[in-house]
Amino acid sequence: MAEHRLTAITPLGGSAPRIDQFEGLTITENTGTALASVASRMGQDKEFAAAAKKTLGFALPAAGQATGKGDYAAFSTGVDQWMVEAPFDTYEDVAARLASGLKATASITEQTDAWARFDVTGEACPALFERLCNVNIRTMQTGSATRTMIEHLGCFVICRAEGQSFSVLCPRSAAGSLHHALILAARSIA
Amino acid sequence: MTQKNRLTGGLIDRSKSLSFSFDGKSYQGHAGDTLASALLANGVRLMGRSFKYHRPRGPLTAGSEEPNALVELRIGARQEPNTRATTAELFDGLEARSQNSWPSLTFDAMAINDRLSPFLTAGFYYKTFMWPRAFWEKLYEPIIRRAAGLGSLSMQDDPDTYDKGFLHCDLLVIGAGPSGLAAALTAGRASAQVILADEDYVLGGRLNAETFTLGDQSGAAWAAEALAELASLPTVRIMPRTSILGAFDHGIYGALERVSDHLATPAAGKPRQTLWRIYSKRALLCAGATERPIAFENNDRPGILLSGALRSYANRWGVTAGQSVAIFTNNADGARTAADLIAKGVKVTAVIDTRADASPIDGTRHLRGAVVTDSAGRLGLTSVTVRLANGSTETIPCEALGVSGGWNPNVHMTCHQRGRPVWNEALAAFVPGGTLPVGMSVAGAANGQLSTHGALTSGAQCAADALSDLGISCKPADLPTAEDAPVSITPFWAVSGGKGRAWLDQQNDVTVKDVKLAHQENFRSVEHLKRYTTLGMATDQGKTSNMGGLAIMAELAGKSIPEVGTTMFRPPYTPVPIAAFAGRSAGKDFRPTRKTPSHTWAAEQGAVFVEVGMWLRAQWFPKPGETHWRQSVDREVLATRKSVGICDVTTLGKIDVQGTDAAEFLNRIYANPFAKLAVGRTRYGLMLREDGMAMDDGTAARLAENHFVVTTTTANAVGVFRHMEFCRQCLWPDMDVQLISTTEAWAQYSVAGPNARALLQKIVDPEFDISNEAFPFMACGEITVCGGLRARLFRISFSGELAYEIAVPTRYGDGLMREMVKQGAEFDAVVYGTEALGVMRIEKGHAAGNELNGTTSARTLGMAGMVSKKKDGIGSTLSEREGMNRDDGLVMVGFKPVNAAEPLTAGSHFINTGDAANAANDQGYMTSVAYSPHMGHSIALGFLKNGANRKGEILRAVNPLKDSEVQVEVVSAHFIDPEGGRLRG
Repeated sequence: MAEHRLTAITPLGGSAPRIDQFEGLTITENTGTALASVASRMGQDKEFAAAAKKTLGFALPAAGQATGKGDYAAFSTGVDQWMVEAPFDTYEDVAARLASGLKATASITEQTDAWARFDVTGEACPALFERLCNVNIRTMQTGSATRTMIEHLGCFVICRAEGQSFSVLCPRSAAGSLHHALILAARSIA
Repeated sequence: MTQKNRLTGGLIDRSKSLSFSFDGKSYQGHAGDTLASALLANGVRLMGRSFKYHRPRGPLTAGSEEPNALVELRIGARQEPNTRATTAELFDGLEARSQNSWPSLTFDAMAINDRLSPFLTAGFYYKTFMWPRAFWEKLYEPIIRRAAGLGSLSMQDDPDTYDKGFLHCDLLVIGAGPSGLAAALTAGRASAQVILADEDYVLGGRLNAETFTLGDQSGAAWAAEALAELASLPTVRIMPRTSILGAFDHGIYGALERVSDHLATPAAGKPRQTLWRIYSKRALLCAGATERPIAFENNDRPGILLSGALRSYANRWGVTAGQSVAIFTNNADGARTAADLIAKGVKVTAVIDTRADASPIDGTRHLRGAVVTDSAGRLGLTSVTVRLANGSTETIPCEALGVSGGWNPNVHMTCHQRGRPVWNEALAAFVPGGTLPVGMSVAGAANGQLSTHGALTSGAQCAADALSDLGISCKPADLPTAEDAPVSITPFWAVSGGKGRAWLDQQNDVTVKDVKLAHQENFRSVEHLKRYTTLGMATDQGKTSNMGGLAIMAELAGKSIPEVGTTMFRPPYTPVPIAAFAGRSAGKDFRPTRKTPSHTWAAEQGAVFVEVGMWLRAQWFPKPGETHWRQSVDREVLATRKSVGICDVTTLGKIDVQGTDAAEFLNRIYANPFAKLAVGRTRYGLMLREDGMAMDDGTAARLAENHFVVTTTTANAVGVFRHMEFCRQCLWPDMDVQLISTTEAWAQYSVAGPNARALLQKIVDPEFDISNEAFPFMACGEITVCGGLRARLFRISFSGELAYEIAVPTRYGDGLMREMVKQGAEFDAVVYGTEALGVMRIEKGHAAGNELNGTTSARTLGMAGMVSKKKDGIGSTLSEREGMNRDDGLVMVGFKPVNAAEPLTAGSHFINTGDAANAANDQGYMTSVAYSPHMGHSIALGFLKNGANRKGEILRAVNPLKDSEVQVEVVSAHFIDPEGGRLRG
């Protein structure tokens, strides 16, 4: 990416991602992932699937699923809609790259800064998430993703490792509110 | 202090003594005690005064069904009224007080109400205090409310936090008595996901309160062993101190976990209580049964308890309610209580048995065919009067009386979805029947299986059946042999013949006489009976009183009890603090807060913020020396119009619209045409509702042939996106359109004023030409800024000035704001807030939320010409309705005060000069008002009948609410630059 003179801040307003630690739980603000939404164009299913597989290196996951290979990962966000993840440092232009690969088979929109992402790891993950959302977190399997509501915020919850590691994405402007809910719930775990 | 009524045994930890106080007096109890058991152990029977008559009362029960022993716990901000002493877990240092008494519990001046009882019968407040009418609200009601004690609030903020959460399970077992434990063992051993919830802090239900054995163990020992096994099973979650509150739709149950109620203060960070929502595939109700009293004269004295409660106190807590005890029963339970108490060394003076043919009882006098007719003792029971089988009466001294009128299965939750229980003649009780909530089954005493054997086997079997339904195969758990005594009961509800009052509902002070009065006054439906007498309407929901009331009603009406029927059972099963419903959503965390990209910078400048929906936006930026908000706002407006101003407009909704049909899609959702908008151009758009009324306005920028960015107002961002999704998915599913919100993805700033371009030329990278020729009014494009950062630029204006909106990825929004302020210094650039934004849009005559109020059309807004007749768009057809196109319809125009010094008031209505100010003469109303520093006086926008043709007219702007009237002149809504030269310059 081109060098420019503007400094970035994190969704919580800091210059570096925030990390909070509790017994059996670490909550990390993740600013290192670039995001782009991908929605397939009508009547282009075959061409789209082929182009996606070629561009990403894997087939896009089914509804409720997340998958990845190499630098790219993706999770399902709706009917014929996905979010593609890639390392921010090297893929800040992820939307443009995908657009050149997927061409007219898909609509691609930059979503990197539309979301605040917190990665939650540790054995207390299930106890934390069951205080936050109605996802059946204890049976959520590695590589699944779902939309849910946390404190009135429409969020995505992605299971990276069963019972141990999850990502939660919320609208960036409300990062402080989600973070507050995460911290309060973490403290409340008996 | 001696615990004179403490017996041997029980599940308390005698090695741990706990100090507590009641009404300022210190006592000792043990770990495992409730407040009630500890007070009884100390010989304290009197624990409160009744709601209406201030009668002395003690505990009736040993559980959550308690109507009487309501106390205030704790002091200071944690003071909590109306807590049941029978469920309050004792902790060291607990401070408890009686409530509803003055000056003291033993001498309560309000007990005068008891003498006035003939005037305070059921529905007394419907019949008295009728005159003078105005006195009810101001005088009578407050006095009555104060006399009717419900404890007091601390009036301080609750210092504790409350939590909430969501659980999932295959089988929810409600209640951990014998049937619940057997069910949980069955399901847990089959590795099903099980939640076992019980309101008690020691699980086991009546196994901990009875003396009979399971196999070769005591019930309590078996329960402890079962719980130990359950705790070792990975799929079983045991939830003590957790009350299931209600059965809701689709197998969802509410549960209140009292996480820290048994502690003086919650551990750091831990909630006081947690409200859980439990998603169950199947639920098994093992809620047990509640014993019911028999009504007789003065049956409410402290010391008169339910017979089973006496057994609980003796067997679980090692406590007797009195040194000498009598029993009054209509069933076999009386013999059980007598035997248990005798075994503990308590003197049982007599068992008064309504059944003349009852099996004889050893070790005490067994008065068969006898009834208790009255009781004596001012602040606690001293004796009961008994009418013997031969008709003679006898006074029997006793400090406690155990009453058993039989047991009612706890059917409540089976009826939470309007199911009705059915009458079981053999038990003389209602049992679950009809339609149960989906996925629920019932086992044990709650289902009328009142023996321990019945409870265990039905619990295990029901669990196995429920799992089999889910495709999980399992066998009912092997269970020990247990008592299986048949129920032997002769229904007996109330002793007749007394002249005094016999109590049915002790919490709400409802007597047998009150029920008779209701019947006499024709309140005969069971629901009317409830509301007229308040029977069962207290916080105990009539758990010990409803059946008695129904029985009396049935007798009066000459009907059977099932013919009378029950009232509706509703959640919650036991009271829930409002704080628990709120959970973490308290105070400023009641809802999420959305912050703009420049929030940190704005806060550093001392900005005054305003809530706009969930957003916090800077309202104005005070500078040193400015003492009034108008000074700041006027400065921001004038500086912007003079040179350049910057405003964070990220909150406006941004929706990415892509697809080969994107242009046609916009053509249909907007009233004005979009199909031919050129790439690199932006157009103002008006969205109508299907009924032709204005829904929202904004712009659509065409970034590429198949790519638009639509902006919405801040308030309607979500609504418009939802509307567009509805159109895409439901109205035109055959269109190739993809939508996604990008509101959060881009930090967007308005840069407005004559020097806007000059400032932006220092920001936008030089390879992008933003001169007027290359980037004219309503241009848009993807550019780079500050040395290569991708950005978007739109030349749109809301202020009437030469203006742009510039957008960068949100993480750089803070940086861009700081950079623009730095680069703008040479132009005296100002950052302005929403107030200045509002002033400038009124000066320019732009409609906003005040005008897009759901009752206005394109015509009303002066934009009738925008509704295209050449193409179809949502709302265009219905906007042609005759009523919306009348010549005298409202049209938006501008207003200025005739006397420039006079301020205007939004909400004022226009009246023609000379007309009376009334609704019939209403000419329209004023929607937006601002002081215009540019004009030097107040200006306004408003809707006026036939407004377009009335420029120059003088009207009265009348505001009866503010008691103001100002003469105004009708002018153009464009107070500034009506030709638009500035914004095109």
